[in-house]
Amino acid sequence: MSVLLAFTSAALFATGTFLLLQRRLSRILIGIGLIGHGTNLLLVISGGAGGIAPIIGTGDQQDFSDPLPQAFALTSIVITFGVTAFLLALAFRSWQMTHDDVVEDDVEDRYVARRTQDEFVRDGEAAERAQAAEEDRS
Amino acid sequence: MNALIPLPIIVPLLGAALCVIAARARWAQRIVVLAALTSNLVVSIVLLVRVQDDGIGVTQAGGWPAPLGISLVVDDLAAIMLVVSSIMLLTVFVYAIGEGQEESRYAAFGSVYLVLAAGVSASFITGDLFNLFVAFEMMLVASYVLLTLGGRPGQVRAGMTYVVISLIASTFFVVALALIYSATGTVNMAELAVRMPELSHGVRVGFSLLLIVVFGIKAGLFPLFFWLPDSYPTAPTAITAVFAGLLTKVGVYAIIRSQTLLFPSDAQQGSLLLVVAGLTMVVGVLGALAQDDLRRMLSFHIVSHIGYMIFGLALFTLSGIAGAVFYIVHHIVVKSSLFLVAGLAEFRTGTDRLSRLGGMVRSTPTIAVLFALPALSIAGIPPFSGFVGKFALVDAGIQSEKWVIVAVSLAVSLLTVYVMSRIWSRVFWGEADPAVEARLATSSGRMPVLMTASTVVLVLLGLAIMVFAGPLYELAERTATQLLDPSQYVTAVLGGRS
Repeated sequence: MSVLLAFTSAALFATGTFLLLQRRLSRILIGIGLIGHGTNLLLVISGGAGGIAPIIGTGDQQDFSDPLPQAFALTSIVITFGVTAFLLALAFRSWQMTHDDVVEDDVEDRYVARRTQDEFVRDGEAAERAQAAEEDRS
Repeated sequence: MNALIPLPIIVPLLGAALCVIAARARWAQRIVVLAALTSNLVVSIVLLVRVQDDGIGVTQAGGWPAPLGISLVVDDLAAIMLVVSSIMLLTVFVYAIGEGQEESRYAAFGSVYLVLAAGVSASFITGDLFNLFVAFEMMLVASYVLLTLGGRPGQVRAGMTYVVISLIASTFFVVALALIYSATGTVNMAELAVRMPELSHGVRVGFSLLLIVVFGIKAGLFPLFFWLPDSYPTAPTAITAVFAGLLTKVGVYAIIRSQTLLFPSDAQQGSLLLVVAGLTMVVGVLGALAQDDLRRMLSFHIVSHIGYMIFGLALFTLSGIAGAVFYIVHHIVVKSSLFLVAGLAEFRTGTDRLSRLGGMVRSTPTIAVLFALPALSIAGIPPFSGFVGKFALVDAGIQSEKWVIVAVSLAVSLLTVYVMSRIWSRVFWGEADPAVEARLATSSGRMPVLMTASTVVLVLLGLAIMVFAGPLYELAERTATQLLDPSQYVTAVLGGRS
């Protein structure tokens, strides 16, 4: 059981990481969501084998499942939820301004690196959009 | 004294709630924020004095004894950090009122600022690893809002990078917590310190590395610093000053705390941290050299100086850690005052481009003086506090015979002098852009009162660190002694049953 959960958590991490490395903010958001689920699952597994609800007087204490990791997971879910909502608002604001959700490189970085020979750095924005379009196709 | 310990968390949070209620009356909000921050300052000074007399102070939330409840612990390091951070937060808030940017425009500023203050204090005084995660989140979420409050394109872009990278760090933190809990069955730091030696060597080293990555992202260590110079300069100056002074130091604090308390010496990553510290110093200062934007230059420069603090810790000797503690105190005050001065210059000239600024020694001699003092200090020119800090670190490095890092840190000091003199010659000497000259000529010579006053206070505080360097260094040494003997902390929290 625990092995299955561990593998599920690993799969969530892997897909989440892949999505996180994309140019589009919408994909990054889904990636963060998946990784968040992966960690919460990991928290639940860290409590060891499952048991009955830990309410004193309802059974033998040996059979209780550990309530602490579940409280951790709840806290972590709430925090992830809040931050994800904030990121969505940020993505919306970005879309309002540029009608696109490509995460751009820093303008100042480009300014500093203008003299370099690296095409990707020099043509910054166009290259970023091309990369995002390529990711969309795949 | 123990009843005072939760106050630096509770008072700002209550103040934040009051600020939301008083959303329509800016003057009432300002009074609440100033009162809450002043109370924090008073409480932390009292705590610092009492910790010196009575030793480590502990309070158990809800009266639950140690491993069950959440422990709040104030030792020397936590008390020092509390005092410095509350001074910083108070002065910068006064500056923000004078700046008339986000603080005047958005009703949310006051309450979010107080949540940030509560998060920072909570990270310093918590004695529970999961609670540290919650405190970090409190601080980070407040910082996301402060960074993007203006909603300008640059802020939104920088905000995305900042939020995503911080979220990844938080995820790693939760993963570390899950693994540590499943290995030891506790997240109370004192109990972890007892149980950690029972684990196998490999597992301990793994945890140690995982926590270094988590806190290293927040502290801006090489190679995890890249988000910092991108995101910090986009906020208004007051906010950048708080971020620059405090947020990275909270990360450094967490590294010091976790390395010294949780892990026995075989899992402490001394040599790894030394390499990382050296690279952080070099990359930060070289990055600063390439910039044309004053605030970005200073932001890169933060990274470089984080390296010095980690260098002190990585030696794991009394003088090394004492040097690191002294350096943190010095750097919080001096770096923030540099940012505030940069804000003043931008306020007067309307630009922070080195290529457009110039001749400010003639046009605004006050700003020139205010810049020169902290700049000389951070460059490590005797007799300023930066010299004392660097001298202590280099001396500790020589005692431990780590010649390479000593050489690197001296070379980086030299480059720091170069960075500061570059700023000086571009901004304060030479000729300004004609547009900037015209703006300076038309505006009246009057300095903004609140902004100047708070900058002066921080600059003077930086000088006070120099004057009282002796007693302060003794305090840092006592702190280091306490940090190197985790059994004091464990006994204080668990009440002798370790």
